Amino acid sequence: MKKEVFLEFDHVSKQYKDFLAVNDLSFKVYEGDIFGFLGPNGAGKSTSIRMTLSLIKPTSGNITLLGKNIVNEREETLAQVGALIEKPDFYPYLTAQKNLEILGKISGVGNLTAKIDEVLELVGLTERRESKVKTYSQGMKQRLGIAQTLLHDPKLIILDEPANGLDPQGQVDMRELIVRINKERGITVIISSHILNEVEQICNRMVIINKGKSMVEGNVSELLTGSRMKVSYVTDDNQRTLELLANSDFKQFVTGIEKEKLTLLIEHENIPELNNFLSNEGVKVYSIEPIRSLEEYFISMTK
Amino acid sequence: MIKLIQIELYKIFRKPRTYIGFGAIAFIVIVVNLGFLFEGEQLLGFLLDSLKDKFLLSGNLINAYTMTFVILNSLWIHLPILISITAGDMISGEANNGTFRLLLTRPISRSKLLAAKFFSAWIYTVLLLLFMISLSLIIGYLMFGVGDLIVIKSTISILSSDDTLWRFGYATLYGILSMTTVTSLSFLLSSLSENSIGPIVGTFAIIVGLTIVSTLGYALIGPAIPYLFTTYLPSWDLFFTMEFDVAKLTHAIYVNLAYTIAFITFTFYYFKNKDILS
Repeated sequence: MKKEVFLEFDHVSKQYKDFLAVNDLSFKVYEGDIFGFLGPNGAGKSTSIRMTLSLIKPTSGNITLLGKNIVNEREETLAQVGALIEKPDFYPYLTAQKNLEILGKISGVGNLTAKIDEVLELVGLTERRESKVKTYSQGMKQRLGIAQTLLHDPKLIILDEPANGLDPQGQVDMRELIVRINKERGITVIISSHILNEVEQICNRMVIINKGKSMVEGNVSELLTGSRMKVSYVTDDNQRTLELLANSDFKQFVTGIEKEKLTLLIEHENIPELNNFLSNEGVKVYSIEPIRSLEEYFISMTK
Repeated sequence: MIKLIQIELYKIFRKPRTYIGFGAIAFIVIVVNLGFLFEGEQLLGFLLDSLKDKFLLSGNLINAYTMTFVILNSLWIHLPILISITAGDMISGEANNGTFRLLLTRPISRSKLLAAKFFSAWIYTVLLLLFMISLSLIIGYLMFGVGDLIVIKSTISILSSDDTLWRFGYATLYGILSMTTVTSLSFLLSSLSENSIGPIVGTFAIIVGLTIVSTLGYALIGPAIPYLFTTYLPSWDLFFTMEFDVAKLTHAIYVNLAYTIAFITFTFYYFKNKDILS
């Protein structure tokens, strides 16, 4: 069954005085996706997201959100979209409950009290609902940020760097929450991030942008499987292993020893073969760890 | 729209800074009244010394009306600062807090949001003005009772006590108009700024700057002075003469209206097309 296009960027550009923030960007997000909008800091992600929500006007190109032109039909479109842009900023002198009441009233949410109960329960903030937001930790603010996106039963939510400022456990909780929202409520999710690992874990599709331009768009698993990934090995004798590899067919993959770990840039499908080789040579492998940064992915992709 | 105004008013009155204006006015009104209670005869003697040779002054000259008139004179320059603390924060405060992102990603038009914010700031301005005048009258009445009001300008007007209260009513209405101009100026500066200090300082700087230039630079900008809104900030006292200067009053009203409309129009145009980067 063909899925509906929820968001389409069609040759969109944004020019500030002397700076081209977004350059002829085109991509599509489909219904049901958890879509990763990936790029290094300054790539144009936030500008693109702000254009999607009509906070910024594009210089050229068209943005179609839920089948409507966001510039011409802003209010009708935003009634079906929830968004958390950059930091989760609320009125710090008001409680979480009051903040949500204000946002719910502006959005025209019916049966607001029950809806607030529901979203606070979902993000685990029911017990702190009467606390002023200024007493909240960063993680709690992020969760409240997610809660406000769900108040008006949107079809699509847009989360800009939702794991920013969270500790590792907070990041795991955030990822689980996003997946739950997508699976249990059928809400399409767009996540912008500069961390490939984050996108890899929860997104089914992604676009990577750099300097405002789309570099690659597609299915996450397909895009990442075909690429070289950086892997670190810890063996009983890294120096000997390095010499063994340097004299083998695997020498092209070796990048060196970093922080007492042997590192290789290797295709996913070549890893089992490498393990066999090391095992046959009597090398004891204590750990294999993939290291995949966005920057490295860019490099491998452009090679 | 009413729902939006209610929300904006709720936010205004949940901020501690909102009460700075009311607190400052209450403090000044009480201190000035106490000052006159203890040193009033001396102060009045100094003010009316030049008239004693020509007039026979008797009765309760320090009264609620005199006190309100004195306080209005002393507060007219301070009121714009107190107004700008709230009006100047209406847009820039949201930008500074990052809450504009929350509001403007909701299904609501920028124009409606801006209109709700302006009306809320205007309601605050009206409340502040009414608070100032009513508190002055009430405290003045409780301390001194009522009596005739002597107004010394280019002419001397002695207004009997039963011919005064309605003048304060009209002065209040004019005050609302002139302070609406100040509110709209502050609102405009707020739309241009990403922090609250700029609009507050900007409003004060423009008012004081234009007042000084009007006074000292008469030769330079003389022809423009009748068209500056600052020229008519103290024009509420036109109601405290035996005969009204209707032409001057009408001109003052037109100038205030023209500036208010210009400030608001520019704010709406600018904000509607503004990229929200905060």
